[in-house]
Amino acid sequence: MNATLTLKRGATAIVGVAESDLGEVATGLSVIDLMAQGVHRALADCGLTLADVDGVFAAAGQSRMPSTALCEYLGLKPRYQDCTMMGGSSFMTHVAHAQAAIELGLCEVAIIAYGSTQRSAGRKNVAPREYNPYETPYRPVLPASAYALAASRHMHQYGTTREQLAQIAVAARQWALLNPAAWEKEPLTVEQVLASRMVSHPLTVRDCCLVTDGGGALVMTSAARAKTLRKPPAFVLGVGECISHQTISNMADLTVTGAARSGAQAYTMAGLKPQDIDVVQVYDAFTITTLLFLEDLGFSPKGEGGRFISDGAIAPGGRLAVNTNGGGLSYCHPGMYGLFVLMEAVRQLRGECGARQFPGCETAIAHGNGGVLSSQSTVVLGTVATL
Amino acid sequence: MTETSPNVAERQATSPLEQYRAHLVQGHLAFQIDEDGQALFYPRVAAPADYRGALRWATTTHISPKGESAYNVALIDMDEGFRLMSRVESIPADQVCIGMRVKVRIRPAEGDEGPYPVFDPVEAA
Repeated sequence: MNATLTLKRGATAIVGVAESDLGEVATGLSVIDLMAQGVHRALADCGLTLADVDGVFAAAGQSRMPSTALCEYLGLKPRYQDCTMMGGSSFMTHVAHAQAAIELGLCEVAIIAYGSTQRSAGRKNVAPREYNPYETPYRPVLPASAYALAASRHMHQYGTTREQLAQIAVAARQWALLNPAAWEKEPLTVEQVLASRMVSHPLTVRDCCLVTDGGGALVMTSAARAKTLRKPPAFVLGVGECISHQTISNMADLTVTGAARSGAQAYTMAGLKPQDIDVVQVYDAFTITTLLFLEDLGFSPKGEGGRFISDGAIAPGGRLAVNTNGGGLSYCHPGMYGLFVLMEAVRQLRGECGARQFPGCETAIAHGNGGVLSSQSTVVLGTVATL
Repeated sequence: MTETSPNVAERQATSPLEQYRAHLVQGHLAFQIDEDGQALFYPRVAAPADYRGALRWATTTHISPKGESAYNVALIDMDEGFRLMSRVESIPADQVCIGMRVKVRIRPAEGDEGPYPVFDPVEAA
């Protein structure tokens, strides 16, 4: 069944958002510590308390049973919980599942939480790769090599250049310099990106997302209750998801992601088109990821993404506001970045983004990616004016 | 073309991976095909949704794929209709390019690592 045919546009809203500590967190802080920080801060953001929470959603690469762990930690006995795990897009799907649960009356106030200590604990310690007898013998540097294969194919097929990809990293950095919470504090040039250490050709370390700690939480509730709370609600107008593969060897076309399907579902439910969207927040695990999603979500024709971004179009002051927080490339990337994509979309709709604010922002798209372009999940959000 | 894969309802006497590896030991890159001859890789206990009927094993005898370079990790599209991750050897990694025709060679077992398929460029005919 297609969720977009059964969920009701605008029936729920994201009402609270907050990051946990970010960057490199204090020694000994756990994944659940960070989730709990995020939950308490997000509840304070909207004026609710733990006593209001009756739905718990969580995902983390470092916790096998994150909703259970979080409930114990917070002292919650929720009516409903869900720890759907599909990588970095999990949280967009949690939004869809939370909307379904709220619409069905299974819960009324849901928290969606994430935490990661991959930087302080060491990435090798926290993210062991599953052995795959059909790929591991070739020693791909995963996930980077998978994205590098997609980038190579896009360059071969459409003439996309490394310079164009580098401009995506530069645009992200320019946005990050407008975000006080961003990890990166120094400017970046195309030349620096190209001259950086090659991780997996054609991607250098500056084409790759950061490796930071971090976490956070969202609070969701019904549209009716949302209107009574402290901050302007970000109403859920549309959702969609698509799982196209798990391993990169099984991605049917390396230049077309499942975002083409998940985005179409979300637009249909929202009754909106790409040109109706004010701000675009997409999961930028690598520079090529931004480019693929701009194409697959309808902001650029297929194959034209490199040329689309090459004149500063997605940098501050450009034609399209993309990844205004600085993205996974320059703001924060604890491993499953999707939650932060949603946070920035909500903050833009509220008008809270200071120097990086899109004036009069009414609509936002938040697109999540998981695995090696494997799972795609899209959420379209809007202010009360869009209902 | 050899054995039929076991019915998924029955207990599996050997795993798809073990059967695949047994073919590699014999010097063959093996894959599965469904009733319509549609190729499938990696090997599975049952066919995915867009395939039809029981799976049979097949082995390649004549192979001419194309590669995509990235640190000498390549996705090889086989003439037989499936794709796998592999490595193109015999030439420097940065000379491996998309569209190049290559031919399979089974690397023999070495130490703890069993045999696995790699590819060499085929001289332009």
